[in-house]
Amino acid sequence: MDFSLTEEQRMIRDLARDFAQNEIVPIAAEHDESGEFPAETIRKMGELGLMGIEIPPEYGGGGLDTLCYVLAMEEISKADAAHGTIMSVNNSLFCHALYKYGTEKQKQKYLIPVASGEVVGAYSLTEPMSGSDAGTMRSRAVRDGDEYVINGRKSWVSSGPVAKYILLFTMTAPEKKHHGITAFIVETGRPGFAHGKVEPKLGIRASATCECVYEDYRLPVANRLGEEGEGFKIAMSTLDEGRIGIASQALGIAEAAYEASVAYAKERYAFGQAIADFQAIQWKLADMATRIEASRLLIYNAALTKERAEQSGARYTRESSMAKLYASETAMWVATQAVQIHGGMGYSKELPVERYFRDAKITEIYEGTSEIQRMVIARSVLGGK
Amino acid sequence: MNIIVCMKRTPDTATKIAVKDGQIDPACLDTWIINPYDEYAIEEALQLRDRAGEGKITLVSIGPPEAQETIRKGLAMGCDEAVHLVDDAFAGLDPLGAAKVLAAAIQKVGDFDLVYTGWKGVDEDHGQTGIYLAEFLGLPHVSMVVKIDDIGDGEARVEREVEGGHELVRTSLPAVFTAQKGENEPRYPTLRGIMGAKKKPFQTWSAADVGLDPAGLQPVQEILSVTLPPQRQAGRIVEGETVEEKARELARLLREEAKVI
Repeated sequence: MDFSLTEEQRMIRDLARDFAQNEIVPIAAEHDESGEFPAETIRKMGELGLMGIEIPPEYGGGGLDTLCYVLAMEEISKADAAHGTIMSVNNSLFCHALYKYGTEKQKQKYLIPVASGEVVGAYSLTEPMSGSDAGTMRSRAVRDGDEYVINGRKSWVSSGPVAKYILLFTMTAPEKKHHGITAFIVETGRPGFAHGKVEPKLGIRASATCECVYEDYRLPVANRLGEEGEGFKIAMSTLDEGRIGIASQALGIAEAAYEASVAYAKERYAFGQAIADFQAIQWKLADMATRIEASRLLIYNAALTKERAEQSGARYTRESSMAKLYASETAMWVATQAVQIHGGMGYSKELPVERYFRDAKITEIYEGTSEIQRMVIARSVLGGK
Repeated sequence: MNIIVCMKRTPDTATKIAVKDGQIDPACLDTWIINPYDEYAIEEALQLRDRAGEGKITLVSIGPPEAQETIRKGLAMGCDEAVHLVDDAFAGLDPLGAAKVLAAAIQKVGDFDLVYTGWKGVDEDHGQTGIYLAEFLGLPHVSMVVKIDDIGDGEARVEREVEGGHELVRTSLPAVFTAQKGENEPRYPTLRGIMGAKKKPFQTWSAADVGLDPAGLQPVQEILSVTLPPQRQAGRIVEGETVEEKARELARLLREEAKVI
């Protein structure tokens, strides 16, 4: 298997790296503290083409492959995971679903502005009482002539406060449980839509997350994505792509924590020598490097499998779940070691290490918890349902 | 407005330079970038072309085959075409030789209003090539350009940096400008630019292609040895009972030891 990068892939990685180090690193701590959405850098990322990397140019995107997306996500998240979240939701969850399932009219109207980074897109599956178990969601869409009337409360909508369009999953046939879920493209500017409370989060604080409330929100039938009852399938196949993005985000966080640790271990002295000279620290660094490398290979493999699967129409759920599971647990583990290596300084807001630690945790939770990933992988191991 | 930008790849400015046997250890040079001053020239050229609404920017660059990738980054930023000068005879050129090669290539490209390049390369810091180049081309030369006030109709008015201020210069065109860091930050290439770069015209010319005899390119300068700057000394805290005493001691040290006052 050949993982060597093409010239274009290298150029895109370098572009993302230069942009991330020059434009994002200097503002990351400030936005983490304030929780303010980094509108200016996200707008610039849109201009560069980073908000719709895999979408063909005729729909406003960059027309590049999944590995390019992975490389760019890694570099952006290495600078700031919150930017990674916003980028990932826009790219994998909103754009990918619209490109795959949208009609030509829907693509013209909603995909082009979001893929080109003009406006932000979001994805909304979770509810206060329904997370991993989507079949229990309580929000409803009821058909009324040429329209649907939507009522309910959705929670944990990443980019919710700023998104112009949201890919919403809600029930049209509750008795069918998850087979009764339908996807809609919501325009947040229409009456009946309101933002609920903003989620006060542990990490990825600059990626604004809020509740979205629908009260007799009316939407034309033309805004339904796919058929009635296809929502769960759309949600899950979109998450296959999304999980590669989150795995890349986790890889970026792990790399940042690891590089900070190597540098610190060389310059921090204790008992007359650099702490990098102690075997206790060396073993930590060796394990960090090894797990990061393993994560990278799982992610690259998932990206290449996806490229092939898209040609043949196959799924790549297993590879994508394995990459997400391993990379996110690596990010959390590496960030924990990084705090330990830094000692008191790792616990201080003077350095970004404590932010990596807080940011890493979400990668084990969203777009399918580690437990859900293990269920998904076990299903493919054991076969059947 | 047709502009030729001479650029070269240089080691990344973040490179940790290592010296081996009195020369830079090539093993430490692993990341390459467009020479930052050439990048300013590219940005100015892109803005001039876009303001004029017509014309093209041709990149001309001397470098080994691997430099192709760095040149293509210039195309990804928005330049229109590139000429890559590759020849064994071009290895180890000094500024005079580089200017000869660039001049021959530029004459072959022809039809230009302006030649723009960085005022120096950040690798060896000679700051000579642009000046020689203007001489070989028989063109006026304005160095350390920081701003173009007005350009067109065979004439340009530009600001150049001089010690402590700016000088306003009027020159006829075509001319050779060398870029100093100005107001405009070089743009990032866009994803679409990166994808489009490989479709842009890219020519590779040898010494023979530009009508040069390698014998005429022998360096007239030679780097005898390279040394790293001395390690920075640790800071010193001036001791004293009172502020006045510390200030007096500091003044004495500045006068007697550092000899700066």
